[in-house]
Amino acid sequence: MSLRYLAKKLFTLAVTLYVTVSFNFLLFHVLPGNPVQLLARSGHFDPAARAQLVKLFGLDHPLIVQYFIYLKDMVHGNLGFSYVYRQPVTTVLGGAIGNTVLLVGTATLVTIVVGIWLGVVAASRAHSLSDATITVTSLGLWSMPDFFTGMILIFICGVWTHILPISGLVTPGLVTGTWGHLVDVARHLILPALTLTLVNAAEFSLISRNTLVDVMVEDYMLTARAKGLSRRRIIWRHALRNATLPIVTATALYVGMILGGAIQVETVFSWPGMGLLIYNSVVQRDYPVLEAAFLIFAIAVIATNFISDLLYQVLDPRVRRA
Amino acid sequence: MSDAGGPTGARLPDEEMTRDAEFTSRARRGVLRSVWHDPMGRSGLIMLFIVLFVIMIGPLIFPFDSQSFGTSAASILQPPSRAHWMGTTELGQDVFRQFLVGGRISLYVGLSATLIAIVLGAGLGLVSGYYAGWRDTMLMRVTDFFLVLPTLPLIIVLAALFGQSILVTSLVIGLTSWPQTARIIRSQVLSLRERPLIQRVRSLGAGDLRIMRKHILPNVAPLIFANLALVLSGAVLAQAALAFLGLGDPVQVSWGTTLHNAFNSGAMSEGAWWYVLTPGVGIVVMVLAFSLVGHSLDRVLNPMLRGER
Repeated sequence: MSLRYLAKKLFTLAVTLYVTVSFNFLLFHVLPGNPVQLLARSGHFDPAARAQLVKLFGLDHPLIVQYFIYLKDMVHGNLGFSYVYRQPVTTVLGGAIGNTVLLVGTATLVTIVVGIWLGVVAASRAHSLSDATITVTSLGLWSMPDFFTGMILIFICGVWTHILPISGLVTPGLVTGTWGHLVDVARHLILPALTLTLVNAAEFSLISRNTLVDVMVEDYMLTARAKGLSRRRIIWRHALRNATLPIVTATALYVGMILGGAIQVETVFSWPGMGLLIYNSVVQRDYPVLEAAFLIFAIAVIATNFISDLLYQVLDPRVRRA
Repeated sequence: MSDAGGPTGARLPDEEMTRDAEFTSRARRGVLRSVWHDPMGRSGLIMLFIVLFVIMIGPLIFPFDSQSFGTSAASILQPPSRAHWMGTTELGQDVFRQFLVGGRISLYVGLSATLIAIVLGAGLGLVSGYYAGWRDTMLMRVTDFFLVLPTLPLIIVLAALFGQSILVTSLVIGLTSWPQTARIIRSQVLSLRERPLIQRVRSLGAGDLRIMRKHILPNVAPLIFANLALVLSGAVLAQAALAFLGLGDPVQVSWGTTLHNAFNSGAMSEGAWWYVLTPGVGIVVMVLAFSLVGHSLDRVLNPMLRGER
């Protein structure tokens, strides 16, 4: 990977981040009906209180000055003050980010492993019965809203039987050692992670299947078969390796989908992460938290795409040598 | 129009144009037939027909009265019975009748959002691919920016800011679902504009608008249709998620809103599976029908488009 390429990519990353932050300002501070103005115009204030609010949010400044104040706050890591929790937004988010990373990270890993494995099985028997079964099942699972899949799992594992906990991060009031605590969290993690995995692994397997099927008709695959290599070796070593690039790109796109799913799944399972925070801030109209949470989601997706771009360069020998 | 080509030179593209038109209309009929002969496509079309039939005719036979509430404790959250085929809600309302009406709202929002997304996406893709150059660069920068933004969180933020009527929901979903379409259409147009037919029509003096409308649009139309079915299934899913999170229209009760009510009324812990499964299965069948048709169209069209190029 050349330095010049890296510099170009970093520049694009910086521009994208800047545009995202500005887009956020546009949404929450400029467009008509934005929450800050609504709050200051709400009918229940006496003039003195309103004047104070206007000053507090800097509404007495022209928009362009507000924009620079906003940018300055961003650089200083000041994301505002939650209406509901009466704490800085950074404090509110800080407690939730880790839980979402745990849930989304687990789900993404399992999704990639299971998705690729199913894709390989389907592609190696392309146009057979098991291929059709995997494809149709995947489409069926993909057609299920994440929250509905979660609700069904709650019925199966929490209401009809009591195999697994269906709500929260830990069992309330449970007193155990560190190991017991870890096991408790892991048990609570199973259902939300499974929900996210079911929906996303389904589509992921479709992508890896289609990519692999495209690779299988290449000439070098015929050569590999002519050399007398085993079927298993051809698929796992030769086909999958060449299908890596599209799969890496797909993974980056998936992070956005999985984060969207996390909002629904965390709501259904009361998993105390960013998704549940977004849901609560929508219900309670806690706009500063909503604004910051959206910004963090957007930045996470942008960062993942950036990393996948770099990875693409590292993985592709044609680009590496150039 | 330039005279350089002379009479014979001018007739040649005309002939080709008619042949081209014949080809597309023949191909289009072939596409429908191929989708029907594809097991995936056929099951999708059949499911789609059933869904449409049920939600269009159903409410006429089993009208839903939103003001009819259960009057006693014994009428709420009742399991399926002869009086209430799919049981009752926490307010004693008939789940089945609510289901029939709710499907219309889900489909309505999905369709209008898709219409917005397709018009925007296809329009931008067409302009971007046809003009290429700086217009293309600029439009694709914007497209890539929206492609990267996480869609569902963006939809949630917009709905939280701008309200919960079905009009706003349709707009919000439509305005965030176009980038994929724009990308697909653009790449197809890019390859079409280099074809000899387009070059010749242009040399005859046809204007950009005319070329786009008469020669490029008909050729990307099948692609737009395949994409439409997939965007539609995504839009129905997005609407369901919004409504489930409490951002649906509180008056126009869609399937997602029913699930929101079920979840928040404690129907889950009461074991009221009928209240959850009925609207949920509705969403799944509708989305599955659209995506089966979409995938099948895609499968039929892709080799065809590859051959054309």
